[in-house]
Amino acid sequence: MEKHVVVIYPHPDDEAFGASGSIAQFRRDGVPVTYLCGTLGQMGRNMGNPTFANRESLPEIRKKELKQACETLDMELKMLGYRDKTIEFEDKQEVADHLRSYLEEIKPSLVITHYPGYAVHPDHNSLGAAAIQAVEDMTPEKRPKVWAQAFSNGHEEDLGSPDIVNDVHDTFDKKLQTVLSHDSQVAGMFGWFKQMDEIDEEVKNELIEHQAMERFYTWDFEKNSSN
Amino acid sequence: MKPIEIEKVQQALDSYLNKEVYVHLETTNGAYANHLDANAYTVGAYIRNAKVTYKQAKIIGEGNSYRVGLKMELGWIYAEGLTDWTIYQEDQLLLAGHDREGRLMVALEISETPFHQ
Repeated sequence: MEKHVVVIYPHPDDEAFGASGSIAQFRRDGVPVTYLCGTLGQMGRNMGNPTFANRESLPEIRKKELKQACETLDMELKMLGYRDKTIEFEDKQEVADHLRSYLEEIKPSLVITHYPGYAVHPDHNSLGAAAIQAVEDMTPEKRPKVWAQAFSNGHEEDLGSPDIVNDVHDTFDKKLQTVLSHDSQVAGMFGWFKQMDEIDEEVKNELIEHQAMERFYTWDFEKNSSN
Repeated sequence: MKPIEIEKVQQALDSYLNKEVYVHLETTNGAYANHLDANAYTVGAYIRNAKVTYKQAKIIGEGNSYRVGLKMELGWIYAEGLTDWTIYQEDQLLLAGHDREGRLMVALEISETPFHQ
């Protein structure tokens, strides 16, 4: 069993779509989980549907949604204070040192983050890279395991199949509730989450099957060593 | 925000004439554009808290989509596809263009005080 899990993602809602089923399983089993959330998603283009946010009100709205999501999952929240879309332009070592300061205090047994280069959004790729750098900078015997999440098109061609495939059917209600906490963002490509009652049974099952499997790659520090 | 009322927006634009103002100008089609459609391009740009002074301003358009041009001493600020407006926190003029799903595609905002970083 894990001792403590730290989730490192840049945007409020990354945790919901990416790992909330697994987080709910950890919490059910009594494992503490802390979310280090990089930004407030200030530059998101979803403003609710119909729109209720604007560019200036969005950060506060997303902060509230994030807090609600973390309450739903009963997970501790630390907001890192970066700005949406800008993480890749920060000094990588500074971000890594910032993350390492949390890891050295929390001493997790597992870190969940994005797989650098295979996570589509530049914030995902750069915060994932900084998170892995942070763990790599720790002495090997103190390093937590890292689960890296990849979802760019064709990532399996490069990386092979993920070794961690968590079936989260048993916590799917929590996952759904967490996703729906991010009310301003549950439109566009994830609009179907809101219309669960209206969609065709077969389509619905297919969507659930896809979302009810959370996939990660255990990071191999020896193979991927940057030093 | 609400659908643009051209006369009210023109008035608001004029209220900043010849003053030092802060501008937020942005366009985006989302960080996932190319991920969701291999034939699409992921394109976006923003500038936040550019300090400028403009001496002439116009909003022009028909239907529900508008353009705004601000003439400065040394150049122009331009936005197209604006659909909605609001006055935020009393002194910030926010203009934005949203698609059918309510997603922001373009924004032009003007304020006498800097926007929150």
